[in-house]
Amino acid sequence: MSRWEALHDLMSNWSAAAGMAIIAAILVVALAGPLLTPHDPLMPAPLQRLQGPSSAHPFGTDSLGRDILSRVIGGARISILIGVISVTISLLPGTLLGLLAGYFGRWIDSLIMRCMDMLLAFPAILLAIFITAVLEPNLTNTMIAVGIVYIPHYARIVRASVLSLKQQLFVQAVGHLGGGHVRILLRHVLPNCIPPIIVYATLGMGTAVLQAAALGFLGLGAQPPSPEWGAMLSEGRQYIQIAPHVAAFPGAAILLLVLGFNLFGDGLRDVLDPSLRSQ
Amino acid sequence: MPLGYIAKRLLQLVAILFGVSVVVFLMLRMIPGDPAQLLLGEFANPEELARLRTQLGLDRSLPLQYGIYLQNLLQGDLGNSIRTNTPVAVEIWGRLLATLELSLAAMFISTVVGVSAGVVSAVRPHSAWDYGAMFMALVGVSMPIFWLGLMLIYLFAVKYPVLPMMGRLPMGLEVPAVTGLVMVDALIAGRFGVLWEASRHLLLPALTLATIPMAVVARITRSAMLEVLSKDYVRTARAKGLSEAVVILRHALRNAFLPVVTVLGLNLGLLLGGAVLTETIFSWPGLGRYVVDSLMGRDYAAVQGCILVFAAMMAAINLVVDLIYVLLDPRIRVNE
Repeated sequence: MSRWEALHDLMSNWSAAAGMAIIAAILVVALAGPLLTPHDPLMPAPLQRLQGPSSAHPFGTDSLGRDILSRVIGGARISILIGVISVTISLLPGTLLGLLAGYFGRWIDSLIMRCMDMLLAFPAILLAIFITAVLEPNLTNTMIAVGIVYIPHYARIVRASVLSLKQQLFVQAVGHLGGGHVRILLRHVLPNCIPPIIVYATLGMGTAVLQAAALGFLGLGAQPPSPEWGAMLSEGRQYIQIAPHVAAFPGAAILLLVLGFNLFGDGLRDVLDPSLRSQ
Repeated sequence: MPLGYIAKRLLQLVAILFGVSVVVFLMLRMIPGDPAQLLLGEFANPEELARLRTQLGLDRSLPLQYGIYLQNLLQGDLGNSIRTNTPVAVEIWGRLLATLELSLAAMFISTVVGVSAGVVSAVRPHSAWDYGAMFMALVGVSMPIFWLGLMLIYLFAVKYPVLPMMGRLPMGLEVPAVTGLVMVDALIAGRFGVLWEASRHLLLPALTLATIPMAVVARITRSAMLEVLSKDYVRTARAKGLSEAVVILRHALRNAFLPVVTVLGLNLGLLLGGAVLTETIFSWPGLGRYVVDSLMGRDYAAVQGCILVFAAMMAAINLVVDLIYVLLDPRIRVNE
């Protein structure tokens, strides 16, 4: 399939198109953030605390009187950054480990995959909580923690692809023609592993955003006064009985962004890897 | 069922748990903050601090500390909590049952609703129902459950106060513990008032926890059913004149169950992870909340114990899923 055909398929797949539209809209908001925010997202206004939605504050104000719409807009940038950086942190080592395990096999495979099994033995959120607590709770460490948690997933996917590619004639032929291991891995095996990696990474962005928000909610992620959506929800929790809007809007923003990544990931999978198509 | 296979898997399980215990032990020692200082407060004098460190074994070398820990662990002793001074094993057991009750309820809801939605979607593919159910499933897998929990609390406990906000039972209401699962104990004691209260308390947390697994089950059931429904034996069953219900439930669903069982097993892992968040929102006295509180309080023994229990449960679930897989489909050769 040529690139243009793939792009055309992608645009005509409703799930991918809807996902792309949501992500693009949030990306624009994230990039143009400071131009769009009606108020300063960090500036307290004690006289206006916990006000419900109004024309002056469409999403209301929080316990310090800050404009929630401005804070949700400010948080978009943080959430997209979390998605991209966390996925990069898990994707690079995960792919490398998967390539090595699948290609060399034997003890290298056993060693790498048993270590991965050990990481998979923890429920993801628990491992992320644990790593953040060890490293000290802040936004950077949240991204590192979420990144580490998902390394085994990429290693497994890449290893499975490599195992089947290794048996294919074109890879074996390069080996017989004297191609070195590095050349075979980087020029012939890796490019053919990319479609499943792209699909998983897109879906992984949604998962990363969710996990990071969960850490923020537990007080282990971004620290105040950062307008990170999970941390905003954590604050909103205290006022759920008198001012539910404080929690409602940042949560809806998380849902929308994760939904965007999942829609796009599902569509990408249908286009790039029809064998996995969910009929 | 080949015994050699089971033995091999059990050995692997032990090896993974050993690895997990080493990793957790080392990582906990890397956490900034001295537990002795934390216990005695900022103004503790150096002698008191030194005495407490000796008492807790913190002054010994790391390998020695781990050796002692492992020796105790093998005797079923997980150490004492530094916050409450009660054995961690006792604390974990009580909370484990609370988490189990919540997870089982969520598992029940997610399986019943997820499988039904998946089957109906597959039977009427590309209908409005199919698109609606699958869109809801996609929203479900994208759901921040800590937000959903808060919104459910607002809706059903604050705005329309029909359900309680938190806890397992109302204050002062108790039931003699036989199994530790409040609903079962209430049934055994014949106290239906308590049973009613317990189920009211369980409903919102269980719904919250069930959301993501429910969506995953619905998606997998649909695709597995679609594949099976196109098979020749389903056409044969229809050609024999069997009713549609029999064809779907007895011929198709049974064969579509293999991937669904795998997902149900994986979902238990999701449920255990989700329990950490759900228990925090609903003040449910389970293991998830306990592990977060212990981590914040630098309670090494409690954190180690909880994480080992979580890892053991995950590993055991994966083992059971693999065994059920072999039982359901004898064609799968276990040595592969």
